[in-house]
Amino acid sequence: MREITRHALFWPVVALVALLAANTIYRPDFLGVTILNGHLFGAPVDILRNAAPLMLVALGMTLVIATRGIDLSVGAVVAIAGALSLSFIATSPNPGSVSTVLLAIAIALGVSLVLGVWNGFLVSVVGIQPIIATLILMTAGRGIAMLITEGQITTVTSPAFKTLGSGFWLGVPVATLVAGSVFVLVALLVRRTALGMLVESVGINPAASRLAGVKARTIVWTVFALSGLFSGLAGLILASNVMAADANNAGLFIELDAILAVVIGGTSLQGGKFSLSGTFVGVLIITTLTLTVTIVGISPLVTPLFKALVVIAVTLLQSPRIRESFAARARRRAARPEEVSV
Amino acid sequence: MARKMMRGTVAALSATALLALGACSSEQAAPSTDTSNGDEQMAEGGDELISIGFSQVGAESGWRAANTQSIQDTLTEENGFDLNFSDAQQKQENQIQAISSYIAQGVDVIAFSPVVETGWDPILQEAKAAGIPVILTDRAVDSDDDTLYESFIGSDFVLEGEMAGEWAAEQYDGEGFKVVELQGTTGSAPAIDRQQGFADAIAGSDLEVIDSQTGNFTRTEGKQVMEGFLQKHDDIDVVFAHNDDMGLGAIEAIEAAGMVPGEDIQIITIDAVKDGMQALADGKINYIVECNPLLGPDLAEIAKAVIAGEPVEKRIVVEDEAFDQEAAIAALPDRQY
Repeated sequence: MREITRHALFWPVVALVALLAANTIYRPDFLGVTILNGHLFGAPVDILRNAAPLMLVALGMTLVIATRGIDLSVGAVVAIAGALSLSFIATSPNPGSVSTVLLAIAIALGVSLVLGVWNGFLVSVVGIQPIIATLILMTAGRGIAMLITEGQITTVTSPAFKTLGSGFWLGVPVATLVAGSVFVLVALLVRRTALGMLVESVGINPAASRLAGVKARTIVWTVFALSGLFSGLAGLILASNVMAADANNAGLFIELDAILAVVIGGTSLQGGKFSLSGTFVGVLIITTLTLTVTIVGISPLVTPLFKALVVIAVTLLQSPRIRESFAARARRRAARPEEVSV
Repeated sequence: MARKMMRGTVAALSATALLALGACSSEQAAPSTDTSNGDEQMAEGGDELISIGFSQVGAESGWRAANTQSIQDTLTEENGFDLNFSDAQQKQENQIQAISSYIAQGVDVIAFSPVVETGWDPILQEAKAAGIPVILTDRAVDSDDDTLYESFIGSDFVLEGEMAGEWAAEQYDGEGFKVVELQGTTGSAPAIDRQQGFADAIAGSDLEVIDSQTGNFTRTEGKQVMEGFLQKHDDIDVVFAHNDDMGLGAIEAIEAAGMVPGEDIQIITIDAVKDGMQALADGKINYIVECNPLLGPDLAEIAKAVIAGEPVEKRIVVEDEAFDQEAAIAALPDRQY
């Protein structure tokens, strides 16, 4: 029992279960999943589908944070990827064709990767602090997206592209499958090879790692590039979800949600140890929280406060010091009767 | 009937506006500026350009883009204006900075769409002291001293909500329909006023608003909130969205839930931007109340009147049309935005 409560993911999972329970109280069949028009339908399916973009962004963010970095530009990359892909499809002669859509996706992902490489270059080669280096793209990126869409909200009709965000494959949302596969791929890559350990060593002490023969610069460069690539994929899913590229609002504040998911999942902002499964739970908590606001019917006026309270509760429960003081109090209470008897 | 008449007048107005534009651009070929412009309203010297500083909110929506376009297309040199346009990126301090630089430049007229309602008194007093008239467009300022600006041109958001509510009550009264509302950005004037107007208009009918949540005027959030509503309630008959974008997001959510938007669930929105009108013509939306972004011609007229020293109305309400599905099909080919 004690081992379970001591597990790093215990409290985040408790928070997630509590949120789901709260929803079930307001809506008894909340967790029910039915089959509708040949695909799964229900609140859990909505959560998994809506979690996909944040999952991708948070995955990249976890790796970046593990190297003691941070990537603020993810929201801007989301906007650029959406703007690029939809603008390309809109101007192509044949918006519905699969080859057009694949080309649009390739272009958007290619540019996102380049943007990630740019961030990595600033951080690892030029040596600018990550928060400043990525702040550049965070501010400039939305302007670039605005240039691409010419200040309009670009919309297209393309069933092939729509599949990415709203489609289903074997009854499961395509967005969830995409994010899930990327997640599994990265998990295998970092945990079944030495890559994860190298990332952690760079996060703990870049200079020592370099002296020990770890190519710190390449590692940092790689994680920023991956973060850009994953953000671009998230941007494609978000754009496809509503079939509109909104340069101003797409992925707005997603960097904060992603950082929050990473932190809730138990990865330290100091770098070093990271937990992909923790990030997974963190993303689910944040996505469920958004749906909870609607299901429980929290007034829009107090929504930010409600969200903040949940986040404070989760982070406090996770803090070793707070847990320690709770445990100490419990021990004292348990010890007192014995003292009396002696 | 009344609606038809209004539509007629607006059509006539826009036709004259187009004619005027056409006339002006045909004179563009004239060799020098002093022979051009036979406009009577150009009281001062006839050929002197009116320099006007305009501070826009930003470029946050399709509506805003159309609004900017209208202003830039109307306040041209051919029409007798020297426009100095700036984008405040939704920040009040940027607007205050822009306005004070307009004052320093000594422009003839300052026009702006205030990002927020309060906090404008000091800068407007500066403009007043410098003798520069100020015209507000689209959004109002909240100030006790209404001598700080000459005129406010914009839509009446409460009326827009009322028009939507009246149509709903007219169509669905007696059916016991349940309505969910997708609100705009919490605390913004259009969100507050449209909610108010709609609630007032359906009071007395048996329509009932069973849930209301903010979708922040965006498609993504409109879709997400609608998904939540569909999980929460089994009996939604009508969606009232404070703008087209949220309504378009709701359509996606309704379709994903295996229902037919416009039939199983009726949708009423406000704005009438192009995508919204297209959805209306396609039968996915049932009714749209327009919020007219083409404020350029009105602004040009008022600016000229102010410079000429003519009295102007303190509040100019821009006429908003409303469209049902047939009207949308008819209007769609000629829409400018």
